[in-house]
Amino acid sequence: MSISVHNLSKSYDKIKALDAISFEVNEGELFGLIGPDGAGKTTLFRILTTLLIADEGVAKVANMEVVKEYKRIRESVGYMPGRFSLYQDLTVLENLNFFATIFGTTVEENYELIKDIYIQIEPFKDRRAGKLSGGMKQKLALCCALIHKPKVLFLDEPTTGVDPVSRKEFWDMLKRLNKHGITILVSTPYMDEAALCDRIALIQHGKLLEVDSPQNIVDRHQKIIYNVSAENTYRLIQDLKRFPTQEAVYAFGEFIHYTDSKSSFSPEELRAYLLQNNHKNVDIHTAVTTIEDVFMDLASTFKSEAIEN
Amino acid sequence: MRIISYIVQKEFLQIFRNKAMLPIIFVLPLIQLLILSNAATFDVKNIKFSFIDNDRTSTSRGLISKFEASNYFDVLEHFTSKELADQAMEKGAVDVILDIPRHFERDLVKNKKAELAVYTNAIDGAKAGIENVYINQIIREYNQHLSASLSLTDHQVARPINILAIPAFWYNNTLNYKTFMVPGILVLLVTMITLFLSGMNIVREKEIGTLEQINVTPIRKSQFIIGKLFPFWVLGMVLLTVGLVIAKIVFSVPIVGSIGLIYVFTAVYILLILGLGLFISNFTETQQQAMFIAWFLMVIFILMSGLFTPIESMPPWAQKLTLLNPIRYYVEVIRMVMLKGSGFIDVIYQLSVITVFAFVMNGLAVWSYKKTN
Repeated sequence: MSISVHNLSKSYDKIKALDAISFEVNEGELFGLIGPDGAGKTTLFRILTTLLIADEGVAKVANMEVVKEYKRIRESVGYMPGRFSLYQDLTVLENLNFFATIFGTTVEENYELIKDIYIQIEPFKDRRAGKLSGGMKQKLALCCALIHKPKVLFLDEPTTGVDPVSRKEFWDMLKRLNKHGITILVSTPYMDEAALCDRIALIQHGKLLEVDSPQNIVDRHQKIIYNVSAENTYRLIQDLKRFPTQEAVYAFGEFIHYTDSKSSFSPEELRAYLLQNNHKNVDIHTAVTTIEDVFMDLASTFKSEAIEN
Repeated sequence: MRIISYIVQKEFLQIFRNKAMLPIIFVLPLIQLLILSNAATFDVKNIKFSFIDNDRTSTSRGLISKFEASNYFDVLEHFTSKELADQAMEKGAVDVILDIPRHFERDLVKNKKAELAVYTNAIDGAKAGIENVYINQIIREYNQHLSASLSLTDHQVARPINILAIPAFWYNNTLNYKTFMVPGILVLLVTMITLFLSGMNIVREKEIGTLEQINVTPIRKSQFIIGKLFPFWVLGMVLLTVGLVIAKIVFSVPIVGSIGLIYVFTAVYILLILGLGLFISNFTETQQQAMFIAWFLMVIFILMSGLFTPIESMPPWAQKLTLLNPIRYYVEVIRMVMLKGSGFIDVIYQLSVITVFAFVMNGLAVWSYKKTN
């Protein structure tokens, strides 16, 4: 087991950042931690990378306990914080050499591992890190996190603020690294990236909502989701929310995603209702369920449960 | 060792790459040394002197000519009345008014006694005190000169005994304030630069987030701290060297004692200051906070160092407080060694105090550094 977390809790004053979470990550897995800002992702990362001590629970990384064996963990994990945190006034090569040295290795020794990524930034190797574009910075940071050939790689929101092309490239790189047998724990607020992971954990308010492969999570989701569109989107949302049997209404791209609480629901009912309310060009058809839909659903039931309690 | 040397390399690289930082580290302190050493003087010169001569005799004119002859006084104006003189004082046009009463000469000859009124602008108390000393000195000299000549005309047997005091100022024969100030200001500069740089350095890594990245690496605290602070130790020593060269060449300050001793003391002293800087770093989150705390300490250190005001004239509680002030010891030692030629045995007290301080401060700093992780 590469990462195992058992009943981990951490509070800041009165706010529970992590609330008794447990999960396991297999060796060589690309594991995604999916959740909105403030869900507790960074706190979990900081505990697993030995920067923070949990209030309760046990966590192991590469079979080492995060509190007792923190020194050995630091030798065998790579961490890329959400914020770009390399020396902006050093060049690409200087940064790389610096991190190689403090890990007690050299760039040459593990060049094989970073080669694919480094080749892309090599033309700029004498440029200062602060002068690189966002995507280039990410690649450099990834190289620095990999330079000592870590067993486990922690990436905290690596693609936040990166353009779509670079984001895609970045995920391709992660896939390739995965083939080298490196376990990767990556967090992201983007639901579309979730589908690229082997397994994901959905997290909100410090609690795990679901842990499984993206496909299983979607498959298990029973509810049929409808794409609804009409000329006036704002009024459409208002009217859908007034429909007696509605369960969830939220904007999703150019459509409104709609789910109904009745099992005998038929779209024709809704169409008639909307036409009655003077909507033009009404279009209703079933949508392909995505992780985002599942997350919205789980998050809302979680919230209503919390209120009931 | 390889790791430490690489961090040191990296720090130097960053220092030399920062185009704004180099002049700040080297040029600004030297400009300060040149300007402050010339400006921070205890001499009071160009005193704006005015007088009201109600007597208009050779005696009164003789007294005024003594003031004119002195290079401390600028004899500005002759007022015809006390009111006009007072107005000028109110406007700040004059610092000192000498009021010579009518019948000054007559009273002096007849009664062997005459009175003079001196009004001094005492907004700056220290300056007024010094002015008063100068004035009294001139009047006393003139008085002696007069009584000598008067007694001659009187054909008296008993002549006034003139007591002449010849002052000898040891270690600074001419009481040249620069000899006194330059080593002191050099001490301030070395302290200031090393404290500010080390105080802000680790905070900076916190601010830009690199410290978090470093903390996940297997690097040991001691390696990191030594690697970070060593460059500033070197910079402090270089600064001292440049300062000493300027002191010798530009200000001709004598260096009587052993330069080696100054370096030994400075080497330990900078360790103490770096420890203090690290300590500040540990309890601050931004460079701004670190800067403010460093300034706060620096002002206290400077004003209670005995550099500008003698420690002996402070109230007893303040004197005790200065025992904790590292600059106090450094100022003492550098003056003792440079001006007096004190040897190792003479400064052993200061050296041991600073060594103890350095150990305590660095111990605290390293201990608290661990805690923040």
